[in-house]
Amino acid sequence: MPANQPLPPPGNSRINHETLISAKNVSRYYGDKKAVNNISFEVKRGEVLGLLGPNGAGKSTTMQMLTGNLAPSNGQISISGFDILEEPKNAKNHLGYLPEHPPVYKELTVDEYLLYCAKLNRITRRHQKEAMALAKARCDLEKVGKRLIGNLSKGYQQRIGIAQAIIHSPAVIILDEPTVGLDPMQIKQIRALIRELGNDHSIILSTHILPEVTATCDRVLIINQGNIMMTESIGDLQQRLLSSSLIVAFKTPPPTQALKQFDGISHVEEIETGRYRLHHSPEIDPSEDIVLQSVKKHWRLTEIQPEKLSLEEIFLDITCTENDSTQVHAGKQPHQKASI
Amino acid sequence: MIFVLAWRELRNLFLSPLAWSILAIVQFLLGYLFLGQVDLYLQVQAQLGTMQNPPSLTQLIIAPVFSNAAIILLLIIPLLTMRLIAEEKRNQTLALLLSAPISMTEIILGKYLGVMSFIFINLFFIALMPFSLMASGNLDMGMIFSGFVALTLLLASFVATGVYMSTITSQPTIAAVSTFGFLLLLWVIDWSAGITNTQTTELTQYLSMLKHYQPLIDGVFKSSDVIYYLLFISTFLILSIRRLHADRLQH
Repeated sequence: MPANQPLPPPGNSRINHETLISAKNVSRYYGDKKAVNNISFEVKRGEVLGLLGPNGAGKSTTMQMLTGNLAPSNGQISISGFDILEEPKNAKNHLGYLPEHPPVYKELTVDEYLLYCAKLNRITRRHQKEAMALAKARCDLEKVGKRLIGNLSKGYQQRIGIAQAIIHSPAVIILDEPTVGLDPMQIKQIRALIRELGNDHSIILSTHILPEVTATCDRVLIINQGNIMMTESIGDLQQRLLSSSLIVAFKTPPPTQALKQFDGISHVEEIETGRYRLHHSPEIDPSEDIVLQSVKKHWRLTEIQPEKLSLEEIFLDITCTENDSTQVHAGKQPHQKASI
Repeated sequence: MIFVLAWRELRNLFLSPLAWSILAIVQFLLGYLFLGQVDLYLQVQAQLGTMQNPPSLTQLIIAPVFSNAAIILLLIIPLLTMRLIAEEKRNQTLALLLSAPISMTEIILGKYLGVMSFIFINLFFIALMPFSLMASGNLDMGMIFSGFVALTLLLASFVATGVYMSTITSQPTIAAVSTFGFLLLLWVIDWSAGITNTQTTELTQYLSMLKHYQPLIDGVFKSSDVIYYLLFISTFLILSIRRLHADRLQH
């Protein structure tokens, strides 16, 4: 293959013009241990997918398989329509990957390193300068071009790792915890960058930081113990986050019976005198009725606020319930009995 | 793409003082031994005239240079090759190469050529010593050529072994020790030849690197010796490529 072969235009994929990443029934075992268990998903052009999950859930393993660093035990992965095992070079041409530890050479300067990455990714000699300048500008590295990577802080090294992943503007960008080690300002910049790149690339990023998902992703995939627990668009997730309970307080509180009469209220809980938590079904919002009635009947409403369910709670809800059920399940296997 | 990797590898060697110090030390040691040979030659020169079939200048001074260079570089090459893959594994930078559009073969050949180009630089400086004698004497160019081919092939085999050892571990020092151990074993394997039975003797003699090296530097150019080295090199390079593939499959 000639070293200076130009990148095929991004729309040139063969299977589907829209789907850039597809994983079908992918599993990975480490010995007996199932790290990733039969997962399937697709990511389309212009979509940012967030991989969420506790430590050891299989996020990094999944990403390593997507990028050809690990071979899946079974299943099929294609990048831009090219199978990662059958046509690795073509697939990897369209791929940028930031692993968990940024793969930087500490004895090189930032410029030397990025030039090397540009060459590795077959950027033609004419475009190398341009590509480097763009990647450096995007990751805010212009001032450190001449410095040794080993002397730079973790945050810089992380950004060099990101620059390396996007230098050839690949159709598919895979970022394993991209904002680790960055300060809040940089986190904001990198999130903005991910959003910007997300417009015409496919991006998968993994994270522990839940607000990051709402800030950057279009869709979330929650993984636990190698299984996909939930896949949902951010819109739907926001819906879930909407309140299903209200906190109200009155100076002259009505009897709890009166509060129960409102439409949709399922349960009334007294927090302290005159302060209640009203549980209601998510579809019906009773707050307007309550305000009107309060005025009419002189309950003297002093506080009314929807209680938000946080992403953390949803996340814990999903991962913990599954934890319990799999533990019960695992308990049936003889070799696990001793540990339970 | 192979050359991008090779160039990077060569540059890396010269980023640290390692490459410079290796060049200096090899040159110093060989130079010292070379001068010793020249001295010896001057002492016996008078007697050589009385001999019927005296050994030539090349045999007396230059052939030992090749033997010495082989031993010195046997000690040094494991240190050059130990980092190639092992350090990338340990620093987790191998992912950069594995997710770039390059094949495993290109990775191995690139790294191999990188170290080999350093070896060629080294050979160039070694070559200056014999050729300095051209000023004052007649040299057997055929024999010198054969010696250089032998040394190049031998060192290329050393490096191939080193590359393979570097792929099987993530600890550079382990790679260095196993490379050194393995090469030394192949160097001395037929020393015990007289003691054991003839069948194993034949085998050990075939495996012995020294047995294929000595004839070449003495000016006996046998293609079977050259083929031995070519087989040796390709075996270890193929094993290294297989090893990188296998790393993705099993853990």
